[in-house]
Amino acid sequence: MKQSRFFPWIGFIFGAIYFLVPLIATFEFSLRMQRGTYSFKAYQVVLADPGFQASFSYSALIALLTIIVGIALVVPTAYLVQLKLPKLRPVVEFMTLLPLVVPAIVIVFGYLRMYNSSSWLPLTGSARSTDLLLVFAYVTLSLPYMYRSVDTALRTVDIRTLTEAAQSLGSSWPRILIQVILPNIRVGVLSGAFLTFAIVIGEFTIASLLNRPAFGPYMQLIGANRAYEPAALAVIAFAITWACMGLIQLVASFSPGQKR
Amino acid sequence: MAFLSIERITKTFGATTTVKGVDLAVERGEFVTLLGPSGCGKTTILRMVAGFETPSSGTIRIDGKDVTDLKPHQRKIGMVFQAYALFPNMTVADNIAFGLKVARKNGAEIASRVKEMLELIKLPQVAERYPYQLSGGQQQRVALARALAIKPQILLLDEPLSALDAKIRVSLRDEIRAVQRQLGITTIFVTHDQEEALSMSDRVCVMSEGRIEQLGTPFEIYNYPKTRFVASFVGTLNILSGRVSDGAEGRIVVDGQEIVTSRGLNGASTGDALAVALRPEALSIGRANGSSNNLEGTIDEVHFLGSVVRIRVRFKESAVSLDTFNRPNAAPPERGQPITVNFGREDILVLEGAPN
Ligand SMILES: Nc1ncnc2c1ncn2[C@@H]1O[C@H](COP(=O)(O)OP(=O)(O)OP(=O)(O)O)[C@@H](O)[C@H]1O
Ligand SMILES: [Mg+2]
Repeated sequence: MKQSRFFPWIGFIFGAIYFLVPLIATFEFSLRMQRGTYSFKAYQVVLADPGFQASFSYSALIALLTIIVGIALVVPTAYLVQLKLPKLRPVVEFMTLLPLVVPAIVIVFGYLRMYNSSSWLPLTGSARSTDLLLVFAYVTLSLPYMYRSVDTALRTVDIRTLTEAAQSLGSSWPRILIQVILPNIRVGVLSGAFLTFAIVIGEFTIASLLNRPAFGPYMQLIGANRAYEPAALAVIAFAITWACMGLIQLVASFSPGQKR
Repeated sequence: MAFLSIERITKTFGATTTVKGVDLAVERGEFVTLLGPSGCGKTTILRMVAGFETPSSGTIRIDGKDVTDLKPHQRKIGMVFQAYALFPNMTVADNIAFGLKVARKNGAEIASRVKEMLELIKLPQVAERYPYQLSGGQQQRVALARALAIKPQILLLDEPLSALDAKIRVSLRDEIRAVQRQLGITTIFVTHDQEEALSMSDRVCVMSEGRIEQLGTPFEIYNYPKTRFVASFVGTLNILSGRVSDGAEGRIVVDGQEIVTSRGLNGASTGDALAVALRPEALSIGRANGSSNNLEGTIDEVHFLGSVVRIRVRFKESAVSLDTFNRPNAAPPERGQPITVNFGREDILVLEGAPN
């Protein structure tokens, strides 16, 4: 039995090297902005850059809107499919997986064709309506993750019994969804939300082609023009993603009403 | 007119008809149990009363009002489910308050009602706990309190005890019955446990394959089962196949030996096949004189059950089981011994329907 531990460890070490070495190298490089010593100069420059602040808060806002629209779309859908239309489940699952198969560039060209300023619904006509389009695009992109998280969470709760209990107590559908179902799948919803956040923050193609001042295009711009800052930015982006993952874990372990 | 009246309801799912023309009238304050084997349609009937399923045909009236097409949340019906129906994200107090908040009661009223309910179920100390911090029995009591908090017109319980272990099941069924009596609430209880049904109910409704087999008090159901199904489903029962030898005098031949029933065999003609049933407790060992019936057979099996010894006696085709008390100074009878059993004429239950 001793021997069987060996290969898993080899695998683990190989994986760790594969992931960590470039990251450590990037981090090390990002500290060398000042000649001769290690410093966080590059980080100071990046964080102080108004372009960083503007693009990051823009993307964060878009991410927030995406999450709200995504939850409003996915939770009722997944709930109804599970409760009333279980036969539709394979179809819905297939649809939610499409964004993984169809590249973002195809989506965005589709959008530009459908909603350009001379079409019947000229969403790209103004900055605000383009933002809207961006949110919809991101909802689509994050659909596979959001749907999966919510659907899995729904399966761990006896939604039929809870729904019927609430109904017999006089509750209407919106109240059932908001007060009974949502709180009991909050771990799934939040992990879907954090994944969505991570995706939106790092997205480049759609934001760039729709010409929106998002974080992705900003990173690309810095990357093309500077030496040390891109490395610092990469580390920051990693930190954000990891923070999201950490939050998912945290939320999962602190949820009232569930066994720990 | 009955408080809850179910009139000729049927329910069809796809190609199968699960409930086949059920009529049931429940009086105000009555405790009626639907008893039957798995899949006989008990839950489906309950769900139609609650409004979770719509009958394919028939009418449901509550207090004279037709509710057949009302949505569940419009019916004011309290429902207790088998298990896991408390809202896991809410404390016990919030669970009980849920229906009251939906009904927009004011804060003070809700608080006092919750307190009252917690006292009713004798769990005043658990108000701030979450469902996962309660035992199964406590959860079901809270579920009962939650259902009753809204002062429902009717209380429905679908096998609320079946997920609990035996001891708690017995104590909780007494408690449910006590609460039901205290509030005088009209109740339908579903179970497939005959002991539960007999011990709790005002009336028991025995069901089989989507139909009502018999509706009556526990006493009637147990002592005077009308059909072979009821007789065999409720309690332990010995069923003997026989032929009528004299209908007017109630004479029946079982495996070549004649027995007589005191109830007569109206409408039966000589030679008709029929089934009769005998409860184990009606049988005693030995030959009895006078008007009692005697049957001679051999001992087939002896089961020592502690205080009771269960003996199986075989005649030719049929066999019966009977119980005797264990006596430490007398060895139990042995297999293969000849034995005579006796029973009174009035103990014979003649079952409807042809024997098979
Ligand atoms: N929604 C449904 N769709 C299709 N068939 C159903 C549905 N609900 C119930 N049935 C069928 O109806 C029959 C009766 O079901 P029901 O749940 O009423 O039985 P029950 O008497 O409550 O049994 P149990 O003791 O197992 O709970 C079953 O054969 C079941 O498969
Ligand atoms: Mg059932």
